[in-house]
Amino acid sequence: MHKELSQKSDYNLQVSPISKGEYMMAKMIKETEHPLYRKSNKMRMERFGKGLTFLSVALAAAITAAILFLVFSKGLSTFIMNDGSVKDFFTGTTWNPAEVNSLGKPIIGALPFLVGSLAVTGISALLSAPLAIGAAIFMSEIAPKTGKRIMQPVIELLVGIPSVVYGFIGLTVVVPFLRDLFPGSGFGIAAGTIVLSVMILPTVTSLALDAIQAVPRSLREASLALGSTRWQMICEVVLKTAKPGLMMAVIFGMARAFGEALAVQMVIGNAAVIPHSLFEPASTLTSILTMGMGYTVMGQIENNALWSLALVLLLMSLFFTITVRMIGKGKSS
Amino acid sequence: MNVVNTIEQSVIQTENLQFYYGTHHALKNINLKFEEKRITALIGPSGCGKSTFLRTMNRMNDLIPGVKTEGAIWIGKENITDSSIDPVELRKKVGMVFQHASVFPFSIYENIAYGPRIHGERNKKVLDEIVEENLRAAALWDEVKDQLDQSATGLSGGQQQRLTIARTLATKPEILLMDEPTSALDPISTAKVEELIQTLKEHYTIIIVTHNMQQAARIADFTAFFLNGEVKEYGQTATIFSNPLFSETKEYIAGKFG
Repeated sequence: MHKELSQKSDYNLQVSPISKGEYMMAKMIKETEHPLYRKSNKMRMERFGKGLTFLSVALAAAITAAILFLVFSKGLSTFIMNDGSVKDFFTGTTWNPAEVNSLGKPIIGALPFLVGSLAVTGISALLSAPLAIGAAIFMSEIAPKTGKRIMQPVIELLVGIPSVVYGFIGLTVVVPFLRDLFPGSGFGIAAGTIVLSVMILPTVTSLALDAIQAVPRSLREASLALGSTRWQMICEVVLKTAKPGLMMAVIFGMARAFGEALAVQMVIGNAAVIPHSLFEPASTLTSILTMGMGYTVMGQIENNALWSLALVLLLMSLFFTITVRMIGKGKSS
Repeated sequence: MNVVNTIEQSVIQTENLQFYYGTHHALKNINLKFEEKRITALIGPSGCGKSTFLRTMNRMNDLIPGVKTEGAIWIGKENITDSSIDPVELRKKVGMVFQHASVFPFSIYENIAYGPRIHGERNKKVLDEIVEENLRAAALWDEVKDQLDQSATGLSGGQQQRLTIARTLATKPEILLMDEPTSALDPISTAKVEELIQTLKEHYTIIIVTHNMQQAARIADFTAFFLNGEVKEYGQTATIFSNPLFSETKEYIAGKFG
């Protein structure tokens, strides 16, 4: 039989017998064509999805990098191209970038805005933190039912109110109120602080609530089983355990307050001086930025000086973010 | 009521105790008497009411909305189910150790000092003594004496559980309730905790819920077998294990259900 076949193959190459090596080869080729080796549609979808998500991430990263580059290059050019003094920037009290001083350097004293920004941020955090933590304790420990059904939706609603509405309310209610009670026009750090602390209150409250609710029930029970009152349990165990989370909540609120422009600008008075009291017009980094950016030309010193303010804002927000991250890390370890 | 007056202090007796979660009748007519300075084990399948019963004894169930307790639990001469009893005072006297070691995320020292501190002890020297005394009582002192200021969450599971026992002892209770104190521990840690429980018997009346039959047999003087919210059988551990009255008890101990 074999002989016959091999004889036949002499005439017909298609059925020629194959050597053992060739046979193995053919088998291997066939094996790689096995359905398990073939690229399926699902596999292709998988790769497509991977590529798509990677593209999104890459785009987001590229945009962030571009923004950082722009703010840094523009912000630093005040000091490099326009010969501004870094020391003047952080200690000078006069802001007039269009003019030069006796040394031939632009007058870019940003201290009043730094002071203004830090003052409104710090004081509003001091005002809102105790209120927010108190509200969070009430919602989580004292009346969880009312908290969940009424307070939580209200707070979520408050988080969503646009800042211009807060500013408008501040302008119509807070400023006249302060004008009647204290000497001055009512515009100033105090008005900005009140508006900001109301504005960040819901954010801080809901984050503080998360932190307090994250304290395990077992710790609460352990405290009560040792004969503590509910109040002792809240003060000594719940708040102590939730402390990193509460700090994060307050810092998030501060970051929001520090970066808020519109609402503050509407009530702070926008005077580029260090005020002598909380009831005199002042300004913040953000308010000067929003006030000035429409009146300057790209590439000129007035414009570059505003970019320097933007750079300070960016660095500050970076600082807040890093602080929150470090607290978060400390908490998990 | 005559019975009540004759029993010694800190002896516990329940009288027709009923307990409801909403409409669910979780404890049905419990009548038990616990001997002073003895270990009593509560055994029975899951959901039979052992833990619920334990938690009625220090009124931890009060924290759950919609529950109702009827009948009486006499500790000494007081009926602790009475609404005039302050649960905060009661829990000082009736300490509780939970299934999962719930150490506070504070230092070892602060964990022990927490109880005495909330009960008004401010003197640093006294607190130091309390911490050492109770860590020794819980057989933990030698292991942690050099790291008292370190976080308690860094201890092993067994050490954490002994720490919570020490923390409970620091409030000077008369009665210790233990809710499956070793179920989350490895065998070696379990052995240490069991050994500790047996030494504590000298000073405390101990009631322990356990799912571990051998554990009940090893450490308990008395055993109560709970089934569907009732006490099916109660007596000396040796009797319950070797010669139970009811077939259910026998089958449960033999591991036929649970």
